[in-house]
Amino acid sequence: MAQLSIKGLRKLYGRVEALKGINLEIPDGEFCVFVGPSGCGKSTLLRTIAGLEDINDGTIEIDGEVVNDLRPRDRNIAMVFQNYALYPYLNVYENIAFGLRSRKAPAAEISKRVSEAAEMLGIEALLDRMPRQLSGGQRQRVAIGRAVVRDARLFLFDEPLSNLDAQLRDGMRAEIKRLHQDMGKTMVYVTHDQIEAMTLADRIVLMRDGIIEQQGAPLDLFERPTNRFVAGFLGSPQMNFVTTRIVKDDGALVLQFDDGRKLTFDESRHAALNDWIGRDVILGVRPEHITRAMGEATQAANGGAVLPVVIELVEPTGTRTYVQFRLGQTAVTAELPSHVVDRPGTTIDLLVDMNRVMLFDPETENVIA
Amino acid sequence: MRADKGTGLAIRYVVAIAITLIFLFPIYWLAIISFKTPNEIFAFPPIWWPEAIQFANYRVLFKDGDVDAIWNSLVIAGVSTTVAMFFGTMCAYSIARFRTGGNFLGEWIISNRMIPPIAIVFPIFLLYVSLGWVDTYIGLILLYTAFNLPYVIWMMRGYILDIPIELEESALVDGCSRWRVFVKVVLPMARGGIFATAVFTFIFAWNEFIFALVLTRSNVTTFPVQVTHYFGVDSTFWAKISAMSMLGMVPIFIVVAAMQKFIVRGISLGAVKG
Ligand SMILES: Nc1ncnc2c1ncn2[C@@H]1O[C@H](COP(=O)(O)OP(=O)(O)OP(=O)(O)O)[C@@H](O)[C@H]1O
Ligand SMILES: [Mg+2]
Repeated sequence: MAQLSIKGLRKLYGRVEALKGINLEIPDGEFCVFVGPSGCGKSTLLRTIAGLEDINDGTIEIDGEVVNDLRPRDRNIAMVFQNYALYPYLNVYENIAFGLRSRKAPAAEISKRVSEAAEMLGIEALLDRMPRQLSGGQRQRVAIGRAVVRDARLFLFDEPLSNLDAQLRDGMRAEIKRLHQDMGKTMVYVTHDQIEAMTLADRIVLMRDGIIEQQGAPLDLFERPTNRFVAGFLGSPQMNFVTTRIVKDDGALVLQFDDGRKLTFDESRHAALNDWIGRDVILGVRPEHITRAMGEATQAANGGAVLPVVIELVEPTGTRTYVQFRLGQTAVTAELPSHVVDRPGTTIDLLVDMNRVMLFDPETENVIA
Repeated sequence: MRADKGTGLAIRYVVAIAITLIFLFPIYWLAIISFKTPNEIFAFPPIWWPEAIQFANYRVLFKDGDVDAIWNSLVIAGVSTTVAMFFGTMCAYSIARFRTGGNFLGEWIISNRMIPPIAIVFPIFLLYVSLGWVDTYIGLILLYTAFNLPYVIWMMRGYILDIPIELEESALVDGCSRWRVFVKVVLPMARGGIFATAVFTFIFAWNEFIFALVLTRSNVTTFPVQVTHYFGVDSTFWAKISAMSMLGMVPIFIVVAAMQKFIVRGISLGAVKG
């Protein structure tokens, strides 16, 4: 049971302002993921919640209680660290029991809770081992076991999976999600991996340079980013950004690229774009919104615009194939089904879904439409 | 290929054994003198193994009470090491983790250790005269503690900085007070460093000569000072010197042997980061 509320939080390291006024409400039971590029302040924010860093301004409330001046141990929080933070001189059992012993839990309860946690994480057989005798994945489980064994009200994870290899990471990710569903506790999770963020989160908090750029449900952020940074951060491969210009052409609004090619907008978008006629904009289009052109009828119905291109690069991934071509000076990636294009140099008609492209103001980088 | 490896190993062993023998020879020589009669000591050509191992040289040390010096040294070195380790480790923790005294307090403290003892021994003597501390346990214990503290703080600061901070933070979040973190995380993690530092501190106090010479008379004569009593104007009591030296080596030998594992690890611990 924990609801977290952060208001006007600022944190300075000497003259470096790591957090520049964070406002955040995390309801009880939510899985919240902080994501953003390296150095944006994710860990710092998490550590201020844990009480490991003093803050310069603002308040942190847990369940309505201001915890600014509470020591970490009085906040009733559990935290999992990136490098596991297992005590090398204690065996797995004692590592998991450490927090309970610190809180003077009775022996019978300790042994009961440790066995439960070990069972939940499938590490019963490892309880007698020392940390150095464990694989990376097993250590990670023990680290999570240390956190879940205590009945903490809030769980914090700082990049818990980043030291694992890709395969293990997928497995553990699913397991953490299951853990959240089973326990129903509020969890805050830091990662710089956008896939992790998308798959785990109830709410994504996307940060940059000490501020929150945007927060919301994963698909909300993905489908309705408010600026170019958010649009570019989520999605793999990245959204394509091409500088272009909106012009009026025979009564229709079109995007005119510097190589002379044009993409025509559907009527439905005209109203929003009238102010931008004759001005530069940045076009944002996701690779999956560029498809192979099939026939006139479908194109018109879907608000698509046809673009004949020469493919420069082909990257098959198995299920899908990424192809690169040029739009003006810019290399653009499209995601096609396998076998549509097999060789670079192929000329093909592609269809851009003009209803789903985004346009950004080149100065503020905010979304226009 | 295998044969090559074998001979390589053999050569290495031979060299290692030869070096060990060279280093052990003075100790052997010291030991063997302590079991000789005066005639045998000065015999030429030298006698490598006496006719009869005899303990008279030791017996006289015990009978005359000379061995009290060993006891004095044990008390002084033991207590001052314990006190210096206790306060030094806590002080080092404070400097390492809370940046107590800014960024350079550690450097400033270790610079105190660089004072040559001879430069301060006479002022201290005068001070001790006025305090009535000359020739007392407390006098030497305090002095050795003061002299070893900078070393302990400096070494322990390094060992503590090597402990991943997440271990401590994790314990803090898990419900530990600072003090409990220190006892349950820092001390076990720094154990190798603690033993290594304590051994060197103990050896310093054990071997210290100048302060002990000036600041003691007859009550708390330490082992190194006692040995100098056997160098007379007319004659030097080689038998006593060797027997006393052998006795003086025993505690150090025991300490180092018992802590060898930790010392080796402790020394290399500070050296390699990560
Ligand atoms: N102890 C510190 N002293 C000084 N500056 C710090 C300290 N910790 C973090 N910073 C600075 O604060 C900013 C935010 O750091 P933080 O560790 O929160 O980033 P992060 O988002 O977690 O990055 P990463 O993904 O690399 O872990 C960075 O500019 C960093 O240099
Ligand atoms: Mg971080």
